[in-house]
Amino acid sequence: MSSSNWTADFLSRLSTDITVTQIDISSVTLWQIESHAWQQFAELAVQQNLRWAAGWAEHIEHRFFINTCFEKQGEYLLLRTIIDASNPELPSQATVYPAANRSERHTQDMFGIKFVGHPDDRRWTRHQAWIEKNYPLRKDFPVQGTPVGITPPDMHYPFIKSHGAGTYEIPVGPVHAGIIEPGHFRFQAVGELILNLEERLGYVHKGIEKIAEGREPESLARLAGRVSGDTTVGHCWAACMAMEQAAGVIIPPRAALIRGILAERERVANHMGDIGAICNDVAFVFAQMQFSRLRELWQRTNATVFGHRLLMDKIIPGGVVCDLSDESCALIKKEITELRKELTEVILALDLNSSLEDRLYTAGFLSEEIAAAFGTVGYVGRASGQDKDVRRDAPYAPYDQVTVKVTLETQGDIASRLWVRYKEIRTALRLIENFIDRLVAGELRAEWQTPVAGSEGLGIVEGWRGEIISYIRFDADNNIARFYPRDPSQLNWPALEKLVLNNIVPDFPVCNKSLNGSYSGNDL
Amino acid sequence: MLRIFKKILTTGVVTEQFKVPKDEELEQLGIEIKRYIDKKFSGSIAIRQVDAGSCNGCELEIHALNNPFYDIERFGVHFVASPRHADVLLVTGPVSRHMQTALLRTYEATPNPKWVVAAGDCAACGGEFGVSYASCGAVSNVIPVDAVVPGCPPTPLALMRGLLGLITAEK
Repeated sequence: MSSSNWTADFLSRLSTDITVTQIDISSVTLWQIESHAWQQFAELAVQQNLRWAAGWAEHIEHRFFINTCFEKQGEYLLLRTIIDASNPELPSQATVYPAANRSERHTQDMFGIKFVGHPDDRRWTRHQAWIEKNYPLRKDFPVQGTPVGITPPDMHYPFIKSHGAGTYEIPVGPVHAGIIEPGHFRFQAVGELILNLEERLGYVHKGIEKIAEGREPESLARLAGRVSGDTTVGHCWAACMAMEQAAGVIIPPRAALIRGILAERERVANHMGDIGAICNDVAFVFAQMQFSRLRELWQRTNATVFGHRLLMDKIIPGGVVCDLSDESCALIKKEITELRKELTEVILALDLNSSLEDRLYTAGFLSEEIAAAFGTVGYVGRASGQDKDVRRDAPYAPYDQVTVKVTLETQGDIASRLWVRYKEIRTALRLIENFIDRLVAGELRAEWQTPVAGSEGLGIVEGWRGEIISYIRFDADNNIARFYPRDPSQLNWPALEKLVLNNIVPDFPVCNKSLNGSYSGNDL
Repeated sequence: MLRIFKKILTTGVVTEQFKVPKDEELEQLGIEIKRYIDKKFSGSIAIRQVDAGSCNGCELEIHALNNPFYDIERFGVHFVASPRHADVLLVTGPVSRHMQTALLRTYEATPNPKWVVAAGDCAACGGEFGVSYASCGAVSNVIPVDAVVPGCPPTPLALMRGLLGLITAEK
């Protein structure tokens, strides 16, 4: 989709008391405004249908840099304001954009920045690992912190309460019944019906942003590959893209194609695993067994061809560390042909199954309006009419050489999310074949160049869950000053609170699986 | 319905047999695991998995133990929903400080005799995350660990080997 230059039009609509300073960092437009206009800008942005995509802050000497990333028609805009660290306050954008809500709470907990007028200023990322009025991402906070022997449980988080005859609460987690990441869900229910769900995440907060500081590019890439283990390719790619932009490094064409193959293989593996798991959550074990079998075969090919079942650490700053021989290409193509045949057989069995239909259709409904308001991305958004895909809208190499067919549905239920993911597998298989056909001989890695201190980059890729935004700023000597990865889950988790409403409690697992947010990618 | 039966029949049993060297190893491992479990645990061992801060990579591979290739349940190993039903805690991740109490409580809720397996590099030594204001590092910094399965993440075969190592060790 070509950019329509809405930015020029937008600039002309800004009232004269907002001063915009335009700065060019790499490929993204950066506008710097004064802090008092922070919310006012958001109000105009929402009128102009800009999507709120990410928000983060940075501590530089005696000031805080606060950033918001907006998107419209595939064009990204980075908005920045700088405030003095002695009085860290600015108007909240969460009043205008619900998507900004948790992000601002994260920034509040990590930097001690107050977002004035925020509709819900309870702590979010902070439990009890560090005390109130301590802010881990301030530069004077030591990476080791001052932990006590046993971190106490977060007993007094003020959950929303319900009152009235017959209503009751169900606390679930952080340790769940399955092989799954930890998080807490608080349900209010009447009988089996869910009246309200409140998510309490942050249990797997590992200080990723803090321990990224001071790393060198290769070490940062390893860390980025562990932001969310199921999205190791996606996050590693986004972080490397950001670092490469900052350093002015262009990756070789062969490396770009191999990155594309890795990313699509990751998409196929996760979609297959989850389609099986969704069916398993409604006791349709046939699909679980078939899809986990297909996923295992796929992962074994990953190990044979690339040397790692989940494809970790294959992308490095400047390129990739794995190559594809002619035999490997032939093996992958043969595998794809066989997989297509198997998928057709299995999916027909699913499609014609009335008991599955009964459980998946209309369950976990997410309306287009709510999806748009929360800025829901990836297959969750695309099943609810959000026509977004970075691979098509803001294509990066190698997607700039191909046409990416984006699957869109408007039904918004679990079945819809399942079908979107199935169709995305088919698209990914075609893309892998296409990239293999385009492979040209050449280098796998461009020579790294130490970026100038202060260089910034913004990596934006379409991971299997959806859009990933990764921000990097370099310090002197090739060291990372700031790393912020925005996993798609950060935008999608709030949608779960909405889509479970009026479903029955026993359907929560399947609703949750159909969205499949990352806890680790959210908690950082 | 007919399609389902047809697919099941044409897929056949994919569970690893004695053919390829790798598969033989798996089968051998499984048989040994089963022998020890039969002897020490009357035929079954119950595992409660706890993610104490992992990136979810280890969970994907632990899940794979239940796929039809490994089918670990045929050796008497099964995953349970509560620590109160468990013989073994299979813990992943560096222990995030926010999960420290939850892990301790899960450990306390597991009846004696109990064993703890730390799965993955993070659980073994802190891995990429180490010890920080937010992370306690290795699982052994929080609860006693009986066996360690390294790997980032450990493959399903490595996990099976680790379990065997645990149950063959004298306790």
